[in-house]
Amino acid sequence: MEFFISTLLFGISVGGQYALIAIGYTMVYGILRLINFAHGDVFMVAGLLGIYLNTFLAAYLPPALVIPVMLLLVLILTVALGFCIERVAYKPLRTAPRMSVMISAIGVSYLLQNTATYITGGQPMIYPAIPFLSDTITVAGTSIKWVVILTPFLVVALVLLLTQLINNTKIGMAMRAVAKDFETSQLMGIKINSVISTTFVIGSALAAVGSMLYFTTYSSVVPTVGSMPGLKAFVAAVFGGIGSIPGAVIGAFLIGICENFVKILPFEGATTFVDAFTFALLIIILVFKPTGLFGEKATDKV
Amino acid sequence: MTLQKKDKTGALIGLAAAAALLILVVVLENTLSPTSQLFVVLKKGAVYSLVAVSMNLLNGFTGLFSLGQAGFMLLGAYTYAILTVPVAAKDQVYYLFGGSAVKFSLPDLFGGLNTPTGLILGVILAILLAGCVAALFAWLIGLPVLRLKSDYLAIATLGFAEIIRAVFQWQALGPVTNGANMITQIPTFNNFNITDANGAVILRLSTFFPFLIAILCIAVIVMLINSSYGRAFKAIREDEIAAEAMGINLAKHKMLSFCISSFFAGVGGALFAMFVNNAQAKVYTSTMTYEILLIVVIGGIGSISGSCLATFLYVACAEWWLRFLDSATTFASPTAPNRIAFMVIFAVVVIGGSALLIHRERRGSNQVWKQTLVGLVAILLLGWLAWFAATGELTLPLLRTGFRMVAFSIIIMVVVLFFRQGMLGDKEFSDILFARRRNAGKEATK
Repeated sequence: MEFFISTLLFGISVGGQYALIAIGYTMVYGILRLINFAHGDVFMVAGLLGIYLNTFLAAYLPPALVIPVMLLLVLILTVALGFCIERVAYKPLRTAPRMSVMISAIGVSYLLQNTATYITGGQPMIYPAIPFLSDTITVAGTSIKWVVILTPFLVVALVLLLTQLINNTKIGMAMRAVAKDFETSQLMGIKINSVISTTFVIGSALAAVGSMLYFTTYSSVVPTVGSMPGLKAFVAAVFGGIGSIPGAVIGAFLIGICENFVKILPFEGATTFVDAFTFALLIIILVFKPTGLFGEKATDKV
Repeated sequence: MTLQKKDKTGALIGLAAAAALLILVVVLENTLSPTSQLFVVLKKGAVYSLVAVSMNLLNGFTGLFSLGQAGFMLLGAYTYAILTVPVAAKDQVYYLFGGSAVKFSLPDLFGGLNTPTGLILGVILAILLAGCVAALFAWLIGLPVLRLKSDYLAIATLGFAEIIRAVFQWQALGPVTNGANMITQIPTFNNFNITDANGAVILRLSTFFPFLIAILCIAVIVMLINSSYGRAFKAIREDEIAAEAMGINLAKHKMLSFCISSFFAGVGGALFAMFVNNAQAKVYTSTMTYEILLIVVIGGIGSISGSCLATFLYVACAEWWLRFLDSATTFASPTAPNRIAFMVIFAVVVIGGSALLIHRERRGSNQVWKQTLVGLVAILLLGWLAWFAATGELTLPLLRTGFRMVAFSIIIMVVVLFFRQGMLGDKEFSDILFARRRNAGKEATK
């Protein structure tokens, strides 16, 4: 029973971290119809930024300030990175076929991974412990970190905030309009470039928060660390119906929980199948319900 | 009539070019030092060009955006490796699992690796079976996923490749796949070198073999593309609905293209296993698929010769020409030939690059600040060069392990962003070569 509860808690926590990444995917897909393959790597870069900023700031600031300033700077720099990626790699291809944009995304992902390998020398880096979040408490007989318990609450709060932003503000309305019809919204006077940039900014900010939570749980950062959570978050986004934020969040939680239960299945080598399980789930969903749980029925325009 | 004649001359020219290439490879291999980096490039290039062409058949000619190539290569590599480990070596290779569950080995069935028939028949049969296994799995996975549209198909095939990779690393399958460990002691390209009784090499054929297989396979793909099936594939790429209205069976043709592409990816995987001397699941990651996709993009989506050309350029840059970026370089003496070569290349690249950029901008929008920026950067770089020429000694900045890949990815991004058509677009090398003559012919027929 204790084992069951701790597995469930871990699953919910990982699911929350996937949810934060999945929102970035689903929003970008909703607006640009682009699978942003570089998003997982933005998440990885946020982790690396945290490590480097921590060592850098420790020399100049009093110890109590290092972590808060680091977190703030990570957020700002990650947002800047997401913004730049969109401006440099996706904006020039706005009129190009969708395949070119996707290839550009793969290119950016390749570039970010290689640059990270170059800077870190390929060695795993250790994410700094964030006070309080890294402390452990005992729940139902097992000791777990605070971050595991706090993640779902933080995620739900952020998602509620985001839903408010999308439903009740002007920029949110513009986003919905662009997602509905790219060209008409342009004719209606919406500055699509700024809307798209905002989408990338929000997505990157959430990925940065996700990276803080994820790397507090699993502290080792390597250049390829982003690709797997990135792909899984994308699966979550598809699961929930791509383009739908609540769908992505629910999908992410479900995948996080299932994944942790697959890990403890009682047969030899069950851990090898954690990733395979997620993708098998993806293929099953795509075959039986391609629009996902909450997706809208897409119609092809001839 | 004219069409037939053109095809015949085209085929003859292709055959002659292929034969010339094969002879050139044999001559090169038997004259140059066999440890030269050139042969690594040639072998890897031959293997990768086959895989790139197979991906191009799917992505470029049928318009199905699939990212499962590494998965099919893995299937091919493992099929080949499992079927060709000599019986005598099985206990040693599979020592963790107490021997292999596959009790036979194809080369041994035909008389062992040391006899020509055993080697050639065994290896070729294993390579063909590798392709067949990949095609079979492609058929199975294609049944559900080929109904999906562009990016959903991409992500589903990517997921499939990841599943395959996990299954092949599963310890419970150890007696067949050797778990997460590599399968070694398989026949490699070097087995094709002809030796005398003492083991001294008489004729080197280790680069000839992958070239032969790759050329044969690519020839089959080219013939397929020029056939009625190929025209159906292209019709599907251009417009699915129109193709269906013209009476093309979408499901059948998509499946055909998917299975054939996977067959050749499987053959490519078997060759890759021969190239690296082992089969190991963790090598065939999605990064490998991306690499091949980028090759296809650089060569031009929908151009076979473009893919081949791009593969050799890519492999040569990655394995050979850009190697120097990975280690610190110092030019000490002012007259060293390296130093002069570096200065000339640097100046040419900076001036050429900035001229190209400024020209582009001028043609496009009228933004002066962009031109000024490019000009300023170029002047700064040239100033640095002049300063370096004046002071003499210099250690190049930034050069250390990993920089090669960074430079490489930047080059790829530049290609993706500014030269979207790739090297050849959707034309073939021969089209460009004979463009003038063909245009003249067109005028005449009018």
